[in-house]
Amino acid sequence: MIIPLNKLKIGQKGIIKNIEPGPLEDRFYDLGFTKEAIVECVLKSPFNDPTAYKIKGTLIAIREEDAATIKVGVMDE
Amino acid sequence: MNSKTIILAGNPNVGKSSIFNNLTNKHQHTGNWTGKTVEIAEGDFKCNNQNYHIYDLPGTYSLNFHSEEERVAADFIKTTYHDVTIVVCDATCLERNLYLALQIMQLTPKVIVCINLIDEAQKKQIFINFSKLSKMLQVPVIPMSARKNYGFNELKEAINNYQKPEKTFEKITDIAQKAKEITESTVIYQNQNYDAKERKIDRILTHKFWGLLTMFALFLLIFWLTISAANYPSSLLFKMFNNLTPYLTKFLNILPLPDFLVDLMINGIYKVLSWVVSVMLPPMAIFFPLFTILEDLGYLPRIAFCLDKCFKKCRSCGKQALTMCMGFGCNAVGVTTTRIIDSKRERLIAILTNSFVPCNGRFPTLISLLSIFIIGLNASSLLSALGLTVIIVFAILITLLISYILSKTILKGEKSAFTIELPPYRSPNLKNILTHSFRDRIYKILKRAISCSIPAGIIIWLLLNISLDNIPVINYLVNLLNPLGNLIGLDGAIILAFILGLPANEIIMPIILMIYLASSNLIEVNELSALKDILINNGWTILTCINFIILSLFHYPCATTILTIKKETNSTKWTLISIIIPLIIGISLCLLIKLLFNIF
Repeated sequence: MIIPLNKLKIGQKGIIKNIEPGPLEDRFYDLGFTKEAIVECVLKSPFNDPTAYKIKGTLIAIREEDAATIKVGVMDE
Repeated sequence: MNSKTIILAGNPNVGKSSIFNNLTNKHQHTGNWTGKTVEIAEGDFKCNNQNYHIYDLPGTYSLNFHSEEERVAADFIKTTYHDVTIVVCDATCLERNLYLALQIMQLTPKVIVCINLIDEAQKKQIFINFSKLSKMLQVPVIPMSARKNYGFNELKEAINNYQKPEKTFEKITDIAQKAKEITESTVIYQNQNYDAKERKIDRILTHKFWGLLTMFALFLLIFWLTISAANYPSSLLFKMFNNLTPYLTKFLNILPLPDFLVDLMINGIYKVLSWVVSVMLPPMAIFFPLFTILEDLGYLPRIAFCLDKCFKKCRSCGKQALTMCMGFGCNAVGVTTTRIIDSKRERLIAILTNSFVPCNGRFPTLISLLSIFIIGLNASSLLSALGLTVIIVFAILITLLISYILSKTILKGEKSAFTIELPPYRSPNLKNILTHSFRDRIYKILKRAISCSIPAGIIIWLLLNISLDNIPVINYLVNLLNPLGNLIGLDGAIILAFILGLPANEIIMPIILMIYLASSNLIEVNELSALKDILINNGWTILTCINFIILSLFHYPCATTILTIKKETNSTKWTLISIIIPLIIGISLCLLIKLLFNIF
């Protein structure tokens, strides 16, 4: 199942399938959000946005609408 | 002997500055957040009779020109002649670090890779095969722990023995893929849940309820400790300076100096100076180490994470919260810190509003006034801290409001994207905290305050002692400013003090007192009750107090901050705007409050 990254629930992992073109595309790439990388939803901020994701051993916070441009395949537990 | 040149590059927050400090014996502060080093630092060291000149670049994730730092770093590596570039990598997240290392290796073949934080990696049971890594990268690889002082001999040896490679590296088309391949064949994660404990702490610190409460409580705690512990040393310093006055006067009288000069030194310079030191030094000496602990722990990026939504609503970004935190220490530092904000528009918003959060130089006066007029002289220091926190929350709300207005008017534009890295928690190093707090912050700020108090003391003394028609010049000035002062619920002396206090906020209160005291013979102000009597005798009411607090929050940035804004924006227009905005806010709020007081 392919969903936007922002729909990933806390504790869920996904494999990055696609990053839509946009101002953040390159930035995501630099931060480690590359195709086939495993990303885990880890923390929600007190106001539910942004969300922190674990990627390649680091924790990166992204806003909801920006996370929506990354499509991930949900991994089974 | 010719000096060889070394460049230090790497991701943000991987310990480049720690390595730089160790090699050069310098003291760049190393905080636990992305973007701490914003300027290229330079230093020298000697090793085996060879001199080295070393540049510490700001941390970047790539060389793709996304931000100012990346542009600076990439240009620097490309255009500056160097003998070797040391790429510092974080052992706990090697893949992303290798991405940058490989990018750098596409620009220059002269690379040594340093794998720092291996102690942290060991704790997390992450193991790296360094010799294999070195073979795959075709460059020397040095495992290190800069904090634990481990690996420096090996690094120096590697630098000394470094031989320039014959050829450049082959072109890599997919750098990310290459980094992944190398990582997969050199790194073993023995414990997949290595960060379980950190995540537990994070879940509390970013919890809907507990997270925000902790944030409030932490700042309250810092202010409370600052206020309660500073009280006693402050009054001790006051007494000491007062007791020294007669001796100093005697001493100066022995010297062949004219009487007026002795009076200028004692009643002008010495008075302002002793006030500034006794009021400022103790709170600073407590606040800065405490704040540095928060910084080194890695808590500040969490604040940005927690508050981003509020800033997003105002079309700016959560990193502004981090720059405001730095502003508590010193607004000039806060302004420099705004470099972590990628969007130019959002960065300008953060620069223009930074002086709204009261810096250390304004805390003591705010606290004294709170005690005198609002919560009572005998109130507990916890109540004072609470009062100060309320003032700061108010300042934050105004910051959000103005950020919103700015992004709807002169800084129009959509909110831009926001990404921030939440670093692993690191235990603060006591020695680091103390040297940094005292050497870089307290000493610097105190030096500046002192160098501002001396001319201020002279000017005030001259204004008080030069007379026209037997009336001191200062009276003309105060009378001139009285209508404006009265209009906004203050008086001419206060307005004059704010004008003369441009170089440093710390000297505003002593100037006011000197003007008030000129007509009386009461000289020593070492107790809050004495301060209270003076202020009330000069017509202060609760309205004066509230409006003074407002004006103290919103007047104009101090001279140092203004110069920093000019440097950072490189624009006279924005510098002027940064002066005008708080003036408008301050004066209109004062007018409004006075109006409300007159109605009720």
